[in-house]
Amino acid sequence: MSQIRVVLPQHLRTLARSEREVRVLVAEPATQGSVIDALELRYPTLRGTIREYGSSVRRPLVRFFACGQDLSHEPPDAPLPDAVVNGQEPFLIIGAMAGG
Amino acid sequence: MSGVRVLVGTRKGAFILTSDERRKDWEITGPHFAGWEVYHLKGSPIHPERIFAAPSGGWFGQTMHRSDDGGKTWEVIGNNFGYEGDPGTHQWYDGTQHPWEFKRVWHLEPSHTDADTVYAGVEDAALFRSTDGGLTWNELPGLREAKGHLWQPGAGGMCLHTILLDPGNPNRIVTAISAAGAFRTDDGGTSWFPVTQGLKSEWELPDPDAEIGHCVHNLAMHPSRPDTIYMQKHWDVMRTDNGGKSWYEVSGNLPSDFGFPISVHAHEPETIYVVPIKSDSEHFPPEGKLRVYRSRTGGNEWEPLTTGLPQENCWVNVLRDAMSTDSLESGGIYFGTTGGQVYVSPNGGDTWETIVHDLPSVVSVEVQTLP
Repeated sequence: MSQIRVVLPQHLRTLARSEREVRVLVAEPATQGSVIDALELRYPTLRGTIREYGSSVRRPLVRFFACGQDLSHEPPDAPLPDAVVNGQEPFLIIGAMAGG
Repeated sequence: MSGVRVLVGTRKGAFILTSDERRKDWEITGPHFAGWEVYHLKGSPIHPERIFAAPSGGWFGQTMHRSDDGGKTWEVIGNNFGYEGDPGTHQWYDGTQHPWEFKRVWHLEPSHTDADTVYAGVEDAALFRSTDGGLTWNELPGLREAKGHLWQPGAGGMCLHTILLDPGNPNRIVTAISAAGAFRTDDGGTSWFPVTQGLKSEWELPDPDAEIGHCVHNLAMHPSRPDTIYMQKHWDVMRTDNGGKSWYEVSGNLPSDFGFPISVHAHEPETIYVVPIKSDSEHFPPEGKLRVYRSRTGGNEWEPLTTGLPQENCWVNVLRDAMSTDSLESGGIYFGTTGGQVYVSPNGGDTWETIVHDLPSVVSVEVQTLP
């Protein structure tokens, strides 16, 4: 099992009643999908806010960053970077820049 | 001493305004759900401390909340609005068929008989019901079988925004959907039929007998007369006295019959209120004068109510769910504007006062009359 550090944006922290950074345990190999599964299991109030119900597709204006990279377009079952898996770096869930 | 609680949904959160029956001094709390668009929040008529709220946003979608202490604290409730079975398709802008896709909740209507039952009108247009206090939601799919394949979104989206529950007959519900029309069920939501006969929308619908496609903006009903329903249509203020089987126009001497909200006085079923807006392309009051119009004759004869409202340089809009009434003896009426003002008239519209003037753009106003 890997303990993954996940950083939540403000609106999701409010919904989850959590700190900025939370930790979830996932089976190896840790993937985006398994991290979000674990996050939703621990914080059911986040269901439907990161991924769509039914399709489990990432919501259009949610982004996943880690290790200085935008991982949003990686497939959900792609392994996460080693630095995220070993806890050196957090997995960041971000509200996309969508201003004007 | 009795009082009122005004639930205000805005583009950036919700606010709760409370006062005693004099409605002079107000306590304001908020923003609740700061940063979220709160299209609607509404209290249970049989358990006033229970309030349902529907904050949503472009980033994280729809969330749902419930308070059981009058809005002091909130808990997250279910936000899974899955269409029943194969969602099917509806008319799209280019004439093709387009899959139904949930976007947001527009309106919440708590039951008059069961505090755990609440209805939600959503975009893309459908009606959902929860019987467990909002934890889970189930669609009433018969509504979309009422020629749903012909419904198409208007400029504001294909939203179900009005839900009228008949207080004397729980099997009868009337709903309204922008750019689709009005629909009624007499069997508790299993089967539905359009109630649009008599509506004329010649600028938008060439077919004078069209059942589907009328852009209904809002409906209002007095609980003592469920067969009489008032309608603010895109253009035209309309009335039916037979539960929607046939409608006739009561726009009368209004300066413009375009508008969004319509309300009925709590104790006078023939006293109704609208806020005329210049046109579909200029969403502000005619001449920059914010005027509520009152008819004491169930329509046709209207008088402007202006005392206390800005009568120059006012270019705000009043959205469809942003007007409401209390049931105190003097018949209070309230509305909020896209400029962030919330006004109250404690005397049925004769005079107005500003409760608060710098909120985010107001989307909805609901009033609870407290014992």
